[in-house]
Amino acid sequence: MIANYGYKDGSGEYYISIDTDKCIGCAAERACLTACPKQMFEIITDDYDDEVAWVKKPNCRTLSYDCGDCKPSGGYTSLPCIAACTPGAIKHSW
Amino acid sequence: MITAGIDMGSRSIKVVLLEELNVDGAPQLKYGVKKVHIMMPGDLDQDVAADKAYDEALASAGLKREDVKSVFATGAGRKQVSFAAEGITEMTAGSKGAIFMYPQARTVVDVGAEEGRGMKTDAVGRAIDFAGNEKCAAGAGSFAEAMSRALQMTLKEFGEASLKSDKSIPMNAQCTVFAESEVVSLIHSATPKNDIAKAVLDAVASRVCAMVRRVGIEGEVVLIGGMVHNAGFVQSLKVAMGVDTISLPDMPEYISALGCAMIAAERQH
Repeated sequence: MIANYGYKDGSGEYYISIDTDKCIGCAAERACLTACPKQMFEIITDDYDDEVAWVKKPNCRTLSYDCGDCKPSGGYTSLPCIAACTPGAIKHSW
Repeated sequence: MITAGIDMGSRSIKVVLLEELNVDGAPQLKYGVKKVHIMMPGDLDQDVAADKAYDEALASAGLKREDVKSVFATGAGRKQVSFAAEGITEMTAGSKGAIFMYPQARTVVDVGAEEGRGMKTDAVGRAIDFAGNEKCAAGAGSFAEAMSRALQMTLKEFGEASLKSDKSIPMNAQCTVFAESEVVSLIHSATPKNDIAKAVLDAVASRVCAMVRRVGIEGEVVLIGGMVHNAGFVQSLKVAMGVDTISLPDMPEYISALGCAMIAAERQH
């Protein structure tokens, strides 16, 4: 399942997509949990009884601000969450 | 076996009591809806409201709590249903219920009072892709309701008025508060009410469509949630999504509660 967390507002579309099929049985030992400086990810048991990562609810409403520091303007060349997720489950829409 | 699905929406609580049937030679008749019940909670305490809605549903079906094998809850307030065995997301419940009603559908659009979301599902109603809008209600029913109030119309009149317009007036505001002032400006510039109603519903449809396009439009499309009752919105959504038909269930607000009750029944096996 592709789970899109985020929103669209007047300034743009801000979604973090998590491909739960790649996230189940994570080969990166849940590196996203520690890679995100804001610790926005957590592991939940979804409706299909799979243990997967999701974006914490309060962060879903403030993604453009929360992720701002990790974007190229913040001095990063690649996003820490995407770099840490070696199975390639995490994507940003912006 | 009877199971219950409770959809704790932000505006209303929907309860579906589902009975598992065993009709020989007709495997498609696996479930029968025993009773549906909707309650607008007058109480801010959601625990109390959930109890009350469930008891009302049971009473109208002539059942007692012990007659129900399992209760599952969904919706924004699902965690407040203390007597539910499990809480499931709106995406899972909505997909399940919609595919039960329309087995050919693969795209489910759910527009309720405070949230809208798009789901892509497989043949058994399992959500395989979803997107919502976590931030604001501009793509949902309460936005349309606020705008109908600004035009001093009922929601029904608002939807019908929209169908009488053939103008496309873009609404730029993304937020209910700013959109209301945009509507007031249109009223002051003597724009006909029908055109304003269409502009508002086009704007809601365009926001909902943006979410659905994230997951992709595939196969037949089903619309569930209270906004199905707004004919103007349905027309605007068809145009925004570029589809000729959208399947509309008779009782669209109960579909998520139905899916929830079905999952409760399946988990008993």
